Amino acid sequence: MGTFVMPSLGADMAAGTLVEWLKQPGDAVEQGDIIAVVETDKGAIEVEVFEKGHIGELLVEAGNVVPVGTPLARIDGSEMAGEQSSIRPAQPEIKTAAPRVAPARQLVFPRGTGQGPRASPAARKHAAELGIDLATVKGSGPDGAIQLVDVERAERMRPEAVSDPGPDLSAMRRAIAAAMSRSKREIPHYYLTHRFDLSATLGWLDHYNAERPPPGRLLLGALQLKAVAVALKEFSEFNGFYSKEGFAASPDVHLGTAVAIRGGGLAAPCIRHADTLTLSELMESLRGLVTRTRRGQFRSSEIADATATVSSLGDRGVESLLPVIYPPQVSIVGFGSVMQQPWAVEEGPVVCPVITASLAGDHRANDGHRGALLLRRIEQLLSEPDKL
Amino acid sequence: MTYEEARTIVIEEIETIAPDVAPVAIGDAEDVREALDLDSMDIYNLIAALHMRLEIDIPDRDAAQFVTIGGAARWLEEHAARHRAGSAQGSD
Repeated sequence: MGTFVMPSLGADMAAGTLVEWLKQPGDAVEQGDIIAVVETDKGAIEVEVFEKGHIGELLVEAGNVVPVGTPLARIDGSEMAGEQSSIRPAQPEIKTAAPRVAPARQLVFPRGTGQGPRASPAARKHAAELGIDLATVKGSGPDGAIQLVDVERAERMRPEAVSDPGPDLSAMRRAIAAAMSRSKREIPHYYLTHRFDLSATLGWLDHYNAERPPPGRLLLGALQLKAVAVALKEFSEFNGFYSKEGFAASPDVHLGTAVAIRGGGLAAPCIRHADTLTLSELMESLRGLVTRTRRGQFRSSEIADATATVSSLGDRGVESLLPVIYPPQVSIVGFGSVMQQPWAVEEGPVVCPVITASLAGDHRANDGHRGALLLRRIEQLLSEPDKL
Repeated sequence: MTYEEARTIVIEEIETIAPDVAPVAIGDAEDVREALDLDSMDIYNLIAALHMRLEIDIPDRDAAQFVTIGGAARWLEEHAARHRAGSAQGSD
Protein backbone atom coordinates (compact mmCIF):
# COMPACT_ATOMS: atom_id res chain seq x y z
CA MET A 1 0.00 0.00 0.00
CA GLY A 2 1.37 3.39 -0.95
CA THR A 3 0.66 6.93 0.08
CA PHE A 4 0.16 9.72 -2.41
CA VAL A 5 1.52 12.95 -0.96
CA MET A 6 1.43 16.61 -1.94
CA PRO A 7 4.39 16.64 -4.34
CA SER A 8 7.17 19.19 -4.35
CA LEU A 9 6.70 20.93 -7.67
CA GLY A 10 9.81 23.04 -7.53
CA ALA A 11 12.50 23.76 -4.97
CA ASP A 12 10.71 26.85 -3.65
CA MET A 13 7.29 25.27 -3.10
CA ALA A 14 6.17 24.97 0.52
CA ALA A 15 2.48 24.16 0.03
CA GLY A 16 -0.14 23.67 -2.65
CA THR A 17 -3.91 23.84 -3.00
CA LEU A 18 -5.62 20.58 -3.83
CA VAL A 19 -8.05 21.91 -6.42
CA GLU A 20 -9.71 18.75 -7.65
CA TRP A 21 -9.66 14.98 -7.41
CA LEU A 22 -9.82 13.31 -10.82
CA LYS A 23 -10.03 9.80 -9.35
CA GLN A 24 -12.31 8.43 -6.69
CA PRO A 25 -11.86 5.65 -4.12
CA GLY A 26 -11.90 2.29 -5.85
CA ASP A 27 -10.64 3.62 -9.19
CA ALA A 28 -7.76 1.68 -10.71
CA VAL A 29 -4.66 3.77 -11.42
CA GLU A 30 -1.54 3.11 -13.45
CA GLN A 31 1.79 4.85 -13.37
CA GLY A 32 1.47 8.19 -15.15
CA ASP A 33 -2.30 8.61 -14.58
CA ILE A 34 -3.32 12.10 -13.62
CA ILE A 35 -5.22 11.80 -10.35
CA ALA A 36 -5.47 15.31 -8.99
CA VAL A 37 -5.04 18.98 -9.84
CA VAL A 38 -2.89 21.09 -7.54
CA GLU A 39 -2.57 24.87 -7.66
CA THR A 40 0.81 26.48 -6.96
CA ASP A 41 2.31 29.81 -7.89
CA LYS A 42 3.25 28.18 -11.19
CA GLY A 43 -0.41 27.64 -12.00
CA ALA A 44 -2.69 24.62 -11.91
CA ILE A 45 -0.69 21.42 -12.21
CA GLU A 46 -2.04 18.01 -13.12
CA VAL A 47 -0.42 15.57 -10.72
CA GLU A 48 0.48 12.10 -11.86
CA VAL A 49 0.75 9.00 -9.73
CA PHE A 50 3.83 6.77 -9.89
CA GLU A 51 2.29 3.55 -8.61
CA LYS A 52 -0.10 1.00 -9.94
CA GLY A 53 -3.04 0.02 -7.78
CA HIS A 54 -6.39 1.32 -6.61
CA ILE A 55 -7.27 4.58 -4.92
CA GLY A 56 -7.99 3.71 -1.30
CA GLU A 57 -9.03 6.68 0.78
CA LEU A 58 -8.89 10.34 -0.13
CA LEU A 59 -7.35 11.98 2.92
CA VAL A 60 -7.68 15.62 1.92
CA GLU A 61 -10.69 17.17 0.29
CA ALA A 62 -10.55 19.55 -2.63
CA GLY A 63 -10.10 23.17 -1.68
CA ASN A 64 -7.53 22.68 1.07
CA VAL A 65 -4.06 24.14 1.07
CA VAL A 66 -1.62 21.62 2.50
CA PRO A 67 2.18 21.55 2.96
CA VAL A 68 4.41 19.53 0.66
CA GLY A 69 4.61 15.94 1.89
CA THR A 70 1.11 15.82 3.37
CA PRO A 71 -0.56 12.47 2.60
CA LEU A 72 -3.39 13.13 0.14
CA ALA A 73 -4.61 9.62 -0.61
CA ARG A 74 -3.83 6.00 0.03
CA ILE A 75 -3.07 3.85 -2.95
CA ASP A 76 -3.84 0.20 -2.38
CA GLY A 77 -1.36 -2.02 -4.15
CA SER A 78 -2.77 -4.46 -6.63
CA GLU A 79 -1.64 -7.41 -4.49
CA MET A 80 -3.43 -5.93 -1.48
CA ALA A 81 -6.53 -5.01 -3.42
CA GLY A 82 -8.58 -7.92 -2.06
CA GLU A 83 -8.55 -6.83 1.52
CA GLN A 84 -8.25 -3.10 0.95
CA SER A 85 -10.85 -2.53 -1.71
CA SER A 86 -13.82 -1.87 0.55
CA ILE A 87 -14.87 1.66 -0.22
CA ARG A 88 -15.85 3.56 2.84
CA PRO A 89 -18.98 5.65 2.56
CA ALA A 90 -17.49 8.62 4.33
CA GLN A 91 -14.01 10.02 4.59
CA PRO A 92 -12.26 9.23 7.85
CA GLU A 93 -11.23 11.94 10.22
CA ILE A 94 -7.51 12.52 10.27
CA LYS A 95 -5.86 13.24 13.55
CA THR A 96 -3.14 15.63 12.59
CA ALA A 97 -1.22 17.46 15.25
CA ALA A 98 -1.43 20.68 13.35
CA PRO A 99 -0.45 24.04 14.73
CA ARG A 100 -3.12 26.73 14.88
CA VAL A 101 -3.19 28.42 11.54
CA ALA A 102 -5.25 31.11 9.94
CA PRO A 103 -7.62 30.09 7.15
CA ALA A 104 -7.57 30.73 3.44
CA ARG A 105 -4.34 32.00 1.92
CA GLN A 106 -2.22 30.62 4.71
CA LEU A 107 -1.74 26.95 5.38
CA VAL A 108 -4.89 25.00 6.12
CA PHE A 109 -4.38 21.50 7.40
CA PRO A 110 -6.52 18.55 6.48
CA ARG A 111 -10.03 18.29 7.83
CA GLY A 112 -10.53 17.12 11.36
CA THR A 113 -8.23 19.68 12.89
CA GLY A 114 -11.04 22.08 13.69
CA GLN A 115 -9.26 25.04 12.12
CA GLY A 116 -10.52 27.56 9.61
CA PRO A 117 -14.10 28.56 8.90
CA ARG A 118 -16.61 25.75 9.04
CA ALA A 119 -17.79 25.07 5.52
CA SER A 120 -19.45 22.27 3.61
CA PRO A 121 -17.24 20.41 1.12
CA ALA A 122 -19.34 21.75 -1.77
CA ALA A 123 -18.99 25.30 -0.49
CA ARG A 124 -15.26 24.89 -0.03
CA LYS A 125 -14.83 23.51 -3.54
CA HIS A 126 -16.98 26.20 -5.13
CA ALA A 127 -15.16 28.96 -3.24
CA ALA A 128 -11.83 27.58 -4.42
CA GLU A 129 -13.08 27.52 -8.00
CA LEU A 130 -14.22 31.11 -7.77
CA GLY A 131 -11.17 32.27 -5.85
CA ILE A 132 -13.28 33.42 -2.91
CA ASP A 133 -11.61 33.58 0.49
CA LEU A 134 -13.88 31.61 2.86
CA ALA A 135 -12.87 33.90 5.72
CA THR A 136 -14.80 36.69 3.98
CA VAL A 137 -17.99 34.64 3.62
CA LYS A 138 -20.77 34.80 6.21
CA GLY A 139 -22.18 31.36 6.92
CA SER A 140 -25.91 30.68 7.25
CA GLY A 141 -25.69 27.01 8.21
CA PRO A 142 -25.68 25.39 11.65
CA ASP A 143 -23.26 27.19 13.99
CA GLY A 144 -22.51 29.66 11.20
CA ALA A 145 -21.13 26.99 8.84
CA ILE A 146 -20.65 28.21 5.30
CA GLN A 147 -22.93 26.50 2.79
CA LEU A 148 -22.92 26.50 -0.97
CA VAL A 149 -25.64 29.20 -1.08
CA ASP A 150 -23.43 31.48 1.01
CA VAL A 151 -20.58 31.14 -1.46
CA GLU A 152 -22.97 31.80 -4.35
CA ARG A 153 -24.22 34.92 -2.59
CA ALA A 154 -20.65 36.10 -2.00
CA GLU A 155 -19.95 35.53 -5.68
CA ARG A 156 -22.93 37.70 -6.72
CA MET A 157 -21.80 40.46 -4.37
CA ARG A 158 -18.33 40.66 -5.83
CA PRO A 159 -17.92 43.82 -7.91
CA GLU A 160 -16.81 41.89 -10.96
CA ALA A 161 -16.52 38.18 -11.55
CA VAL A 162 -13.04 37.34 -12.69
CA SER A 163 -12.86 34.72 -15.37
CA ASP A 164 -9.36 33.87 -16.47
CA PRO A 165 -8.84 30.66 -18.42
CA GLY A 166 -5.10 31.13 -18.84
CA PRO A 167 -2.21 31.11 -16.42
CA ASP A 168 -2.09 33.57 -13.53
CA LEU A 169 0.31 36.11 -15.01
CA SER A 170 0.92 38.09 -11.85
CA ALA A 171 1.88 34.93 -9.94
CA MET A 172 3.99 33.87 -12.90
CA ARG A 173 5.73 37.25 -12.96
CA ARG A 174 6.52 36.91 -9.27
CA ALA A 175 7.93 33.41 -9.84
CA ILE A 176 10.08 34.66 -12.75
CA ALA A 177 11.27 37.65 -10.72
CA ALA A 178 12.25 35.47 -7.75
CA ALA A 179 14.11 32.88 -9.83
CA MET A 180 15.89 35.35 -12.10
CA SER A 181 16.89 37.68 -9.24
CA ARG A 182 18.37 34.73 -7.40
CA SER A 183 20.15 33.64 -10.58
CA LYS A 184 21.72 37.04 -11.23
CA ARG A 185 22.61 37.43 -7.54
CA GLU A 186 24.18 34.02 -7.02
CA ILE A 187 25.30 32.55 -10.34
CA PRO A 188 28.56 33.77 -11.94
CA HIS A 189 27.36 33.52 -15.54
CA TYR A 190 29.62 33.39 -18.55
CA TYR A 191 28.31 33.47 -22.11
CA LEU A 192 29.38 31.88 -25.38
CA THR A 193 27.77 32.23 -28.79
CA HIS A 194 28.26 30.20 -31.94
CA ARG A 195 26.85 30.92 -35.42
CA PHE A 196 26.47 28.10 -37.91
CA ASP A 197 24.95 27.13 -41.24
CA LEU A 198 21.63 25.31 -40.91
CA SER A 199 21.15 24.39 -44.61
CA ALA A 200 21.61 20.64 -44.12
CA THR A 201 19.25 20.56 -41.13
CA LEU A 202 16.48 22.53 -42.83
CA GLY A 203 16.90 20.57 -46.08
CA TRP A 204 16.47 17.31 -44.19
CA LEU A 205 13.46 18.74 -42.31
CA ASP A 206 11.72 19.83 -45.56
CA HIS A 207 12.26 16.39 -47.00
CA TYR A 208 11.02 14.67 -43.83
CA ASN A 209 7.89 16.82 -43.61
CA ALA A 210 7.04 16.58 -47.32
CA GLU A 211 6.37 12.86 -46.93
CA ARG A 212 4.16 13.10 -43.87
CA PRO A 213 0.63 14.26 -43.03
CA PRO A 214 0.48 17.38 -40.83
CA PRO A 215 0.27 15.66 -37.40
CA GLY A 216 3.44 13.64 -38.12
CA ARG A 217 5.63 16.58 -39.10
CA LEU A 218 8.46 18.07 -37.09
CA LEU A 219 9.38 21.61 -36.17
CA LEU A 220 12.99 22.75 -35.88
CA GLY A 221 12.40 23.12 -32.13
CA ALA A 222 12.17 19.34 -31.69
CA LEU A 223 15.56 18.88 -33.40
CA GLN A 224 17.10 21.58 -31.24
CA LEU A 225 15.86 19.90 -28.06
CA LYS A 226 17.18 16.50 -29.12
CA ALA A 227 20.60 17.87 -30.09
CA VAL A 228 20.95 19.74 -26.80
CA ALA A 229 19.79 16.75 -24.75
CA VAL A 230 22.25 14.37 -26.42
CA ALA A 231 25.09 16.87 -26.04
CA LEU A 232 24.26 17.48 -22.35
CA LYS A 233 24.41 13.76 -21.69
CA GLU A 234 28.03 13.84 -22.91
CA PHE A 235 28.96 17.05 -21.05
CA SER A 236 27.76 16.13 -17.56
CA GLU A 237 29.14 19.24 -15.84
CA PHE A 238 26.43 21.25 -17.61
CA ASN A 239 23.56 18.95 -16.59
CA GLY A 240 22.45 18.86 -12.95
CA PHE A 241 21.97 21.00 -9.88
CA TYR A 242 24.06 23.35 -7.79
CA SER A 243 23.37 23.37 -4.05
CA LYS A 244 25.15 24.29 -0.82
CA GLU A 245 27.11 21.06 -1.16
CA GLY A 246 28.32 22.10 -4.61
CA PHE A 247 27.45 20.76 -8.03
CA ALA A 248 25.83 17.36 -8.50
CA ALA A 249 25.59 16.08 -12.07
CA SER A 250 22.36 14.34 -12.99
CA PRO A 251 22.50 10.93 -14.67
CA ASP A 252 19.35 11.82 -16.65
CA VAL A 253 18.58 14.74 -18.92
CA HIS A 254 15.28 16.43 -18.08
CA LEU A 255 15.20 19.35 -20.42
CA GLY A 256 13.37 22.53 -19.41
CA THR A 257 11.77 24.25 -22.37
CA ALA A 258 11.08 27.96 -22.16
CA VAL A 259 7.54 28.62 -23.39
CA ALA A 260 6.43 32.20 -23.96
CA ILE A 261 2.91 33.09 -22.87
CA ARG A 262 1.06 35.51 -25.11
CA GLY A 263 0.50 38.77 -23.30
CA GLY A 264 3.62 38.30 -21.18
CA GLY A 265 5.09 35.66 -18.98
CA LEU A 266 7.20 32.61 -19.40
CA ALA A 267 7.26 29.09 -18.05
CA ALA A 268 9.87 26.36 -18.48
CA PRO A 269 8.16 22.98 -18.06
CA CYS A 270 10.43 20.04 -18.72
CA ILE A 271 10.57 17.04 -21.00
CA ARG A 272 11.85 14.09 -19.01
CA HIS A 273 14.60 11.87 -20.44
CA ALA A 274 14.68 14.08 -23.52
CA ASP A 275 17.88 12.43 -24.79
CA THR A 276 16.17 9.02 -25.01
CA LEU A 277 13.10 10.15 -26.98
CA THR A 278 12.79 9.88 -30.76
CA LEU A 279 12.26 13.09 -32.73
CA SER A 280 8.57 12.32 -33.20
CA GLU A 281 8.15 11.57 -29.48
CA LEU A 282 9.91 14.82 -28.65
CA MET A 283 7.68 16.72 -31.09
CA GLU A 284 4.59 15.20 -29.47
CA SER A 285 5.87 16.10 -25.97
CA LEU A 286 6.75 19.62 -27.04
CA ARG A 287 3.38 20.13 -28.67
CA GLY A 288 1.45 18.95 -25.61
CA LEU A 289 3.63 20.93 -23.27
CA VAL A 290 3.30 24.22 -25.18
CA THR A 291 -0.47 23.78 -25.49
CA ARG A 292 -0.94 22.99 -21.80
CA THR A 293 1.44 25.71 -20.63
CA ARG A 294 -0.46 28.36 -22.56
CA ARG A 295 -3.72 27.16 -21.02
CA GLY A 296 -2.18 27.31 -17.55
CA GLN A 297 -2.18 23.53 -17.14
CA PHE A 298 0.97 21.75 -16.09
CA ARG A 299 1.67 18.15 -15.21
CA SER A 300 3.69 17.33 -12.14
CA SER A 301 6.32 15.45 -14.16
CA GLU A 302 6.79 18.53 -16.34
CA ILE A 303 7.23 20.81 -13.34
CA ALA A 304 9.67 18.51 -11.56
CA ASP A 305 13.05 20.16 -11.64
CA ALA A 306 14.70 20.25 -15.03
CA THR A 307 18.44 19.51 -15.20
CA ALA A 308 19.09 22.23 -17.84
CA THR A 309 16.96 24.49 -20.05
CA VAL A 310 16.63 25.43 -23.71
CA SER A 311 15.26 28.81 -24.80
CA SER A 312 14.50 29.26 -28.48
CA LEU A 313 13.27 32.51 -30.00
CA GLY A 314 11.39 30.76 -32.81
CA ASP A 315 10.94 32.20 -36.27
CA ARG A 316 10.03 35.79 -35.43
CA GLY A 317 12.74 36.62 -32.96
CA VAL A 318 16.15 38.20 -33.37
CA GLU A 319 19.57 36.86 -34.16
CA SER A 320 20.66 35.74 -30.72
CA LEU A 321 19.84 35.73 -27.02
CA LEU A 322 21.94 35.58 -23.87
CA PRO A 323 19.71 33.58 -21.55
CA VAL A 324 19.68 33.58 -17.76
CA ILE A 325 20.25 30.29 -15.93
CA TYR A 326 17.29 28.91 -14.00
CA PRO A 327 18.63 27.97 -10.54
CA PRO A 328 19.57 25.44 -9.28
CA GLN A 329 20.53 24.45 -12.86
CA VAL A 330 24.01 25.32 -14.14
CA SER A 331 23.46 25.96 -17.85
CA ILE A 332 20.96 27.18 -20.40
CA VAL A 333 21.21 26.95 -24.17
CA GLY A 334 19.63 29.61 -26.39
CA PHE A 335 18.75 29.59 -30.08
CA GLY A 336 18.15 32.78 -32.03
CA SER A 337 15.90 32.91 -35.09
CA VAL A 338 17.12 31.39 -38.33
CA MET A 339 18.38 34.24 -40.54
CA GLN A 340 19.30 34.27 -44.22
CA GLN A 341 22.85 35.62 -44.17
CA PRO A 342 25.97 35.76 -46.32
CA TRP A 343 28.21 32.82 -45.50
CA ALA A 344 31.69 31.91 -46.67
CA VAL A 345 32.15 28.43 -48.08
CA GLU A 346 35.11 27.07 -50.05
CA GLU A 347 33.63 28.24 -53.35
CA GLY A 348 33.16 31.75 -51.99
CA PRO A 349 30.31 33.69 -50.42
CA VAL A 350 26.80 32.26 -50.53
CA VAL A 351 23.52 33.06 -48.78
CA CYS A 352 22.57 30.48 -46.14
CA PRO A 353 20.07 30.00 -43.35
CA VAL A 354 22.21 30.68 -40.28
CA ILE A 355 21.41 30.21 -36.61
CA THR A 356 23.18 31.50 -33.52
CA ALA A 357 23.31 29.12 -30.57
CA SER A 358 24.33 30.51 -27.20
CA LEU A 359 25.26 29.08 -23.85
CA ALA A 360 25.11 30.63 -20.41
CA GLY A 361 27.19 28.58 -17.99
CA ASP A 362 27.57 28.67 -14.21
CA HIS A 363 31.28 29.18 -13.53
CA ARG A 364 30.95 27.35 -10.21
CA ALA A 365 30.24 24.14 -12.13
CA ASN A 366 31.79 24.45 -15.60
CA ASP A 367 34.11 26.48 -17.82
CA GLY A 368 34.14 28.19 -21.19
CA HIS A 369 36.48 25.74 -22.88
CA ARG A 370 34.12 22.82 -22.34
CA GLY A 371 31.18 25.13 -23.01
CA ALA A 372 32.60 25.86 -26.46
CA LEU A 373 32.96 22.14 -27.12
CA LEU A 374 29.35 21.66 -26.03
CA LEU A 375 28.11 24.27 -28.51
CA ARG A 376 30.21 22.72 -31.30
CA ARG A 377 28.78 19.32 -30.45
CA ILE A 378 25.25 20.76 -30.73
CA GLU A 379 26.15 22.13 -34.17
CA GLN A 380 27.48 18.74 -35.24
CA LEU A 381 24.39 16.90 -34.00
CA LEU A 382 22.07 19.36 -35.78
CA SER A 383 24.05 19.02 -39.02
CA GLU A 384 23.30 15.28 -39.10
CA PRO A 385 19.59 15.22 -38.23
CA ASP A 386 19.09 11.72 -39.66
CA LYS A 387 21.20 10.44 -36.77
CA LEU A 388 19.23 12.28 -34.08
CA MET B 1 -16.77 24.81 -49.77
CA THR B 2 -17.14 28.54 -50.27
CA TYR B 3 -14.53 31.06 -49.19
CA GLU B 4 -16.81 32.23 -46.37
CA GLU B 5 -17.34 28.67 -45.10
CA ALA B 6 -13.61 28.02 -45.16
CA ARG B 7 -12.93 31.32 -43.44
CA THR B 8 -15.37 30.47 -40.63
CA ILE B 9 -13.67 27.10 -40.10
CA VAL B 10 -10.19 28.67 -40.00
CA ILE B 11 -11.33 31.23 -37.43
CA GLU B 12 -12.96 28.52 -35.29
CA GLU B 13 -9.79 26.44 -35.31
CA ILE B 14 -7.59 29.42 -34.41
CA GLU B 15 -9.95 30.15 -31.49
CA THR B 16 -9.61 26.54 -30.31
CA ILE B 17 -5.82 26.53 -30.59
CA ALA B 18 -5.35 29.92 -29.00
CA PRO B 19 -8.42 30.73 -26.84
CA ASP B 20 -6.77 33.98 -25.74
CA VAL B 21 -6.75 35.67 -29.16
CA ALA B 22 -9.50 37.21 -31.28
CA PRO B 23 -9.07 36.19 -34.94
CA VAL B 24 -12.43 37.80 -35.83
CA ALA B 25 -10.89 41.18 -35.07
CA ILE B 26 -8.17 41.05 -37.73
CA GLY B 27 -8.18 41.42 -41.48
CA ASP B 28 -8.03 38.43 -43.84
CA ALA B 29 -4.70 39.57 -45.27
CA GLU B 30 -2.96 40.17 -41.95
CA ASP B 31 -0.20 37.80 -40.88
CA VAL B 32 -1.62 36.03 -37.81
CA ARG B 33 1.90 35.69 -36.41
CA GLU B 34 2.19 39.48 -36.27
CA ALA B 35 -1.45 40.38 -35.59
CA LEU B 36 -2.24 37.65 -33.04
CA ASP B 37 1.26 36.73 -31.82
CA LEU B 38 0.88 33.15 -33.02
CA ASP B 39 4.11 31.17 -33.40
CA SER B 40 5.27 28.22 -35.48
CA MET B 41 3.70 25.77 -33.01
CA ASP B 42 0.32 27.51 -33.39
CA ILE B 43 0.54 27.37 -37.20
CA TYR B 44 1.55 23.69 -36.94
CA ASN B 45 -1.50 23.03 -34.73
CA LEU B 46 -3.79 24.97 -37.08
CA ILE B 47 -2.73 22.94 -40.11
CA ALA B 48 -3.00 19.67 -38.15
CA ALA B 49 -6.49 20.64 -36.91
CA LEU B 50 -7.71 21.54 -40.41
CA HIS B 51 -6.24 18.29 -41.70
CA MET B 52 -8.16 16.28 -39.09
CA ARG B 53 -11.43 18.20 -39.40
CA LEU B 54 -11.64 18.35 -43.18
CA GLU B 55 -9.75 15.12 -43.91
CA ILE B 56 -7.66 16.97 -46.44
CA ASP B 57 -3.92 16.74 -46.85
CA ILE B 58 -2.18 20.09 -46.64
CA PRO B 59 1.35 19.71 -48.05
CA ASP B 60 4.14 21.22 -46.01
CA ARG B 61 5.20 23.37 -48.97
CA ASP B 62 1.79 25.13 -48.80
CA ALA B 63 2.06 25.80 -45.06
CA ALA B 64 3.25 29.35 -45.70
CA GLN B 65 -0.20 30.23 -47.10
CA PHE B 66 -1.77 29.49 -43.71
CA VAL B 67 -0.24 32.48 -41.95
CA THR B 68 -3.17 34.65 -43.06
CA ILE B 69 -6.84 33.80 -42.59
CA GLY B 70 -7.49 34.77 -46.22
CA GLY B 71 -4.63 32.62 -47.51
CA ALA B 72 -5.84 29.61 -45.54
CA ALA B 73 -9.47 30.11 -46.61
CA ARG B 74 -8.52 30.47 -50.28
CA TRP B 75 -6.37 27.33 -50.14
CA LEU B 76 -9.20 25.34 -48.53
CA GLU B 77 -11.83 26.72 -50.94
CA GLU B 78 -9.74 25.59 -53.87
CA HIS B 79 -8.56 22.22 -52.58
CA ALA B 80 -11.69 21.09 -50.72
CA ALA B 81 -13.62 21.39 -54.02
CA ARG B 82 -11.03 19.30 -55.80
CA HIS B 83 -10.96 16.87 -52.89
CA ARG B 84 -14.74 16.38 -53.10
CA ALA B 85 -14.75 16.07 -56.89
CA GLY B 86 -12.11 13.37 -56.57
CA SER B 87 -14.08 11.45 -53.97
CA ALA B 88 -16.54 8.91 -55.41
CA GLN B 89 -18.72 8.83 -52.29
CA GLY B 90 -18.87 12.58 -51.97
CA SER B 91 -22.29 13.58 -50.70
CA ASP B 92 -23.87 16.93 -50.04
